[in-house]
Amino acid sequence: MTKQIRQLDRVVIRFAGDSGDGMQLTGDRFTSETAQLGNDISTLPNFPAEIRAPAGTLPGVSSFQVHFADYDILTPGDAPNVLVAMNPAALKANLADLPRGADIIVNTDEFTRRNLAKVGYASSPLDDDTLDGYAVHPVALTSMTIGALAELDVSKKDAERAKNMFALGLLSWMYSRPYSSTLRFLERKFAKRPELVAANVAAFKAGWNFGETTEDFAVRYEVKPAKMPPGTYRNITGNAALSLGLVAAGVRSGLPVFLGAYPITPASDILHELSKHKRFGVTTMQAEDEIAAIGAALGASYGGALGITTTSGPGVALKGETISLAVALELPLVIVDVQRAGPSTGMPTKTEQADLNMALFGRHGEAPVAVIAPKSPSDCFHAALEAARIALTYRTPVILLSDNYVANGSEPWLLPDVESLPDLRVEFATAPNGEDGTTFLPYLRDPQTLARPWAVPGTPGLEHRIGGLEKADKTGDISYDPANHDFMVRTRAARIEAIDVPDLEVEDPDGDARVLVLGWGSTYGPIGAACRALRQRGLPVAQAHLRHLAPMPANLGTVLASYDRVVIPEMNLGQLAHVIRARYLVDAIGYNQVRGLPFTAAELETMLEEVLKNV
Amino acid sequence: MSEPVALKLTAKDFKSDQEVRWCPGCGDYAILAAVQQFMPELNIPRENIVFVSGIGCSSRFPYYMNTYGMHSIHGRAPAIATGLSVSRPDLSVWVVTGDGDALSIGGNHLIHALRRNVNLKILLFNNRIYGLTKGQYSPTSEVGKITKSTPAGSADAPFNPLSLALGAEATFVGRTIDSDRKHLQSVLRAAAEHEGSAFVEIYQNCNIFNDGAFDQLKEPGIRDDHLIRLEHGQPITFGKDGQFCVVHPPGGFGLEVRDTAATPAEEIVVHDATVADPAYAFALSRLPGFDLRNTPIGVFRSVRRPSYDSVVQAQVADAKAKVTETPEQQLADLLGSGDTWTIVG
Repeated sequence: MTKQIRQLDRVVIRFAGDSGDGMQLTGDRFTSETAQLGNDISTLPNFPAEIRAPAGTLPGVSSFQVHFADYDILTPGDAPNVLVAMNPAALKANLADLPRGADIIVNTDEFTRRNLAKVGYASSPLDDDTLDGYAVHPVALTSMTIGALAELDVSKKDAERAKNMFALGLLSWMYSRPYSSTLRFLERKFAKRPELVAANVAAFKAGWNFGETTEDFAVRYEVKPAKMPPGTYRNITGNAALSLGLVAAGVRSGLPVFLGAYPITPASDILHELSKHKRFGVTTMQAEDEIAAIGAALGASYGGALGITTTSGPGVALKGETISLAVALELPLVIVDVQRAGPSTGMPTKTEQADLNMALFGRHGEAPVAVIAPKSPSDCFHAALEAARIALTYRTPVILLSDNYVANGSEPWLLPDVESLPDLRVEFATAPNGEDGTTFLPYLRDPQTLARPWAVPGTPGLEHRIGGLEKADKTGDISYDPANHDFMVRTRAARIEAIDVPDLEVEDPDGDARVLVLGWGSTYGPIGAACRALRQRGLPVAQAHLRHLAPMPANLGTVLASYDRVVIPEMNLGQLAHVIRARYLVDAIGYNQVRGLPFTAAELETMLEEVLKNV
Repeated sequence: MSEPVALKLTAKDFKSDQEVRWCPGCGDYAILAAVQQFMPELNIPRENIVFVSGIGCSSRFPYYMNTYGMHSIHGRAPAIATGLSVSRPDLSVWVVTGDGDALSIGGNHLIHALRRNVNLKILLFNNRIYGLTKGQYSPTSEVGKITKSTPAGSADAPFNPLSLALGAEATFVGRTIDSDRKHLQSVLRAAAEHEGSAFVEIYQNCNIFNDGAFDQLKEPGIRDDHLIRLEHGQPITFGKDGQFCVVHPPGGFGLEVRDTAATPAEEIVVHDATVADPAYAFALSRLPGFDLRNTPIGVFRSVRRPSYDSVVQAQVADAKAKVTETPEQQLADLLGSGDTWTIVG
């Protein structure tokens, strides 16, 4: 049967199933196939904190959304065009996000009376009017997979588990994806169990062939490669990019990297990734708690390593006292906070930007640190290098505010040329710096950076003591002198303000916008997509995105003053807006949501349109 | 390998230019002097020695040592020192802490440093009181201790620091007393020679808030009947005339004190610090009561186990040994690993 082939410019697919159904892997593989084809991509995994929530229930639903297009895109898409629902719970949990007309592929085998009852369906939505207006494709995914593997030497359980590969095969056929990388992946993944390689490959092919032969799928789609800058790309998540950035910081500084970390969602993947790179001189330590993790990192920094600790909000709260010690000691330290929804345990697998206040202000005493935030998954690589640059140059703790959205989301990354990465080499103190030629003054500062010398143990003649007690200027001796304390507090603040930060860039293509949208961190994509959509409709709007939150770019005040209105969308209740109002006396309009999910471009577009009307 | 050169350092070389600010009569002075006098024995250049402390009276110690030093935050010295020691195996890292610092706020870090066997020499100054905060009871104060925070007497049972360290399977555990410089230095010597964590409890008198806490172990005429001086390979007897001895009664779990005269010589326990099972040293640690009768001092346990530092360093060194490329080439390979695709301009 010859199928019709239709060209699309963009598609959003959501794979949804039970948390044991392998939806994250299915989505990952589809993304990888799509990347191979050269589409631009953005992904959004969404999964419960429970490893295996009760099967078939709404809390157990895990999903993976992938948006791909023949042009450059900024978000994982607001609404799916296609939903793959592996059971009734997956259908029910995701249906509200689907516009009428969307394709729904359902695994009919799971639509049993018992499974329907678990999620409160009185009758099967496949039989009543629940799905009116949708293009429903009922597929007996489980039984067809088991049937396809009947000849193979695998248990029924293993055969059933391969149903996600049947779904992947079907979707790969529907969207004309190249699949050789998936076959190679399966060979690697199940290298020790060849029967599972055969089973999963057979399931994949059965899904592909099903699409080709069944009359239910009359159309096959193609999405042409996007026009992207030339170079070599790979698809990367924020956590992976951040880890590679830290490895790169070690290479570019020539320093050993020491990571102290305690497992915490969603930051643990950075610990896992860095623990694989010992050949770069990276040491990782899984500490007994969050406080020990940062303590060990600080101890390593004191010894001349690039000390790093990675965590999420609850961990940063525990590390606060040690961050203040690092402020007093004036040693380099990178603290990565992969933010998640709080307070307390909150929603550990959902995203939020509500740790900004803590990063800026959450310590005892006047304890300023540098704060930066990546704007997208691949930007995590460069943000990690920037955090290391500031920490090493200015001998200060730097908080890097990632979040669950950029950490687990992915996008194509144009691989940088290693030689083009910033040079992070440092000079350790090797000789006395006092005027008499024999004294060492551990708190004598570089006039430019205000950084103090980094004199590591093992350096003869520079033996000195540092500590949390207030230090006298230059000598570092204990001091209770009132004027000295006032001077040191102001100097530590000035040191952060002295950090060289690039000017804020504004995107305002026609230069006639009267409204500025200011964001920070992971909201870059949705804000950018909303601004583009408005401009395409002839509504001018300017976008600026803060990477440096402390210190802020020197031109920020001027930028803010050049617009009639400033709108600040944040996944918190207005933390950046509060700072902007306080510092720049700008009557910024906050747009805030804390649903644990990123903004949709559509909601921002609607909100901004209202603002534009009233200017 | 080059032959070690005698550095000819003296106690004076280890005195910093900072004025010592403990209360007059504090036991910390004696410990400081003993440590400064002992340090030259190590024959380690001063720049390769680091003292890390937490918070409390004892934690001012690093300021007075002319080595590298860090006075950190309450309870965290073992964690900070772990990061330093693991990343700098060339250094001799010493932790100075107190009973509140190590056993209360920092208890977690202490037990984990010990279980990991990090190459740290941990000196716990135990005065059984909070001194710097002016006299609250500590986790080693006896039950019923009357202090500012416990006017009706403390209600909670104390830690036995050595029992705790042995429960964490510390590879080196010892105890000494501030007033006995010779003994203190002998335990420091053994600790310094040990590879891995060495935990040394030092009974230290706080003459302001808990004066005389260890008098029974110090006063001539009394101390000999209280102190058990452990000597590796020697039968454990004590008392002015050796009238007491330690035996392992059949059927029991622990050790007991008996009259030497009434005990056959072969039943007297011969001290062996190298017994692999920590239960023996644990039994020793349980001998004294709070009246300080039957208090062993010396090296309770000294066994060999690879240090955490050496294992971690070996993993990194092995991985690096396989590398043939420059770091930049390696990095380029790493960035380009996995599924990549190329767009031609």
